[in-house]
Amino acid sequence: MARDVSRRGFVAKGAAAAATAFGFDLRPAQASVRELKISRTTQTHSVCPYCAVGCSVVIHTLGDKAHNVKPAVVHIEGDPESPVNRGTLCPKGISLKEFVTSDRRLTRVLYRAPGAADWKTISWDEAFARMARAIKNARDAGFEETDEQGRTVNRLRNVAMIGGCTDTNEINYLLSKFRFGLGILPYENQSRL
Amino acid sequence: MQTVAKLIDTTLCIGCKACELACQEWNDQEFTLGVFQGTYQTMPDLAHNFWNLIKFNERETAGGMSWLMTKYQCMHCADPGCLRACPAPGAIVQLRNGIVDFNHDHCIGCGYCITGCPFDVPRLSPATKKVYKCSLCSDRTAVGLSPACIKTCPTNCLTFGARDELLRKAESRAEQLRADGHAQAGVYNPQGVGGTNVLYVLKDATEPEAHGLPKDPTIPLSVALWKGPLKWLGTLTLVGGILGTFFHYVRFGPRTYEGQEK
Repeated sequence: MARDVSRRGFVAKGAAAAATAFGFDLRPAQASVRELKISRTTQTHSVCPYCAVGCSVVIHTLGDKAHNVKPAVVHIEGDPESPVNRGTLCPKGISLKEFVTSDRRLTRVLYRAPGAADWKTISWDEAFARMARAIKNARDAGFEETDEQGRTVNRLRNVAMIGGCTDTNEINYLLSKFRFGLGILPYENQSRL
Repeated sequence: MQTVAKLIDTTLCIGCKACELACQEWNDQEFTLGVFQGTYQTMPDLAHNFWNLIKFNERETAGGMSWLMTKYQCMHCADPGCLRACPAPGAIVQLRNGIVDFNHDHCIGCGYCITGCPFDVPRLSPATKKVYKCSLCSDRTAVGLSPACIKTCPTNCLTFGARDELLRKAESRAEQLRADGHAQAGVYNPQGVGGTNVLYVLKDATEPEAHGLPKDPTIPLSVALWKGPLKWLGTLTLVGGILGTFFHYVRFGPRTYEGQEK
């Protein structure tokens, strides 16, 4: 099948084909967009653990919750539905992913003996035994049932408790119960320090 | 497609640096320790793994000192010097919504874009030998999310949207500032690079250098010449040479030597 192609038309078409083949007009084809890293994540709504403002966050976790899949936190950002922060976060809040995934996160008990220069790793059992012993000794020595005027106070002033700003509500509830149970008065929170 | 833009109202910036961290976090950049410069700035300068810096420009005033906060990142120019200078097809692309993005699969690491950029933004990574900069979160904007830095900003200093709309918003904000007694307030949208898709409202628009921004940025002459007239001249010389050789051969035939048989 022969098509009527004029000499001029053939040259023009050939030039256009050559221009395309030599990469003069490939820009639209190459303008690919990066892959969105949260396109296949599970979204979990939570509250930022740091200060008392209580900004809401969305935690993006990779992994389809299958039995053999270990989920990985890939991104944390502000929850736009929260009336507190409306999607925004401060520098501490926006770096929450590091708080979860950082390899410098402390996962073992470190102990520095009195007078020692170095930290050494001890077991949780050893740590609990030592903490319990120290608290018991201090409480036995310093517990006051009554004050100078004979009023019942049941207080313990030589033990202090410091709460962590990244503790959850549940941990804080238990910490308070523990504190009231022992009668500890000095009480501070890291987010105020 | 609508051109998108980022509006930075420098008068509302409190220097919290949440945008810096949002950028690091979203782009999975590892934080490297910098040098203490005696200012509140996180880093002295941008880096290949640090694309967004809040500059704490200090300016002495009658009452003491004031900070002129400036968010320093890629300006996403309408006429990008980096794109003009880039010799690798597809390594730097200008998306239809105005975002200038680097495609690292195509980057050859020549660093010409660093020469071409009037704002001194792209940075070469010593490890990968490729050049990196802010992508205006092209992955997020492609699906309708705002860039990471804009979403996190707690003071509404950063906004993202259609460029025309933001330009109007910037002008009205500048007017408001002028009415409030900042007579020099204005919008930074340099025309030397065809306008930028990152717009600033400056307290003192007559002196952008105080904010750490170039007053009248243009694409360097060497790049403009090399990628403009000289490129065509070079192509013409090459094609002309080949054509000339061909026609010379057709007209005069191959070179003959004395004693050679015809």
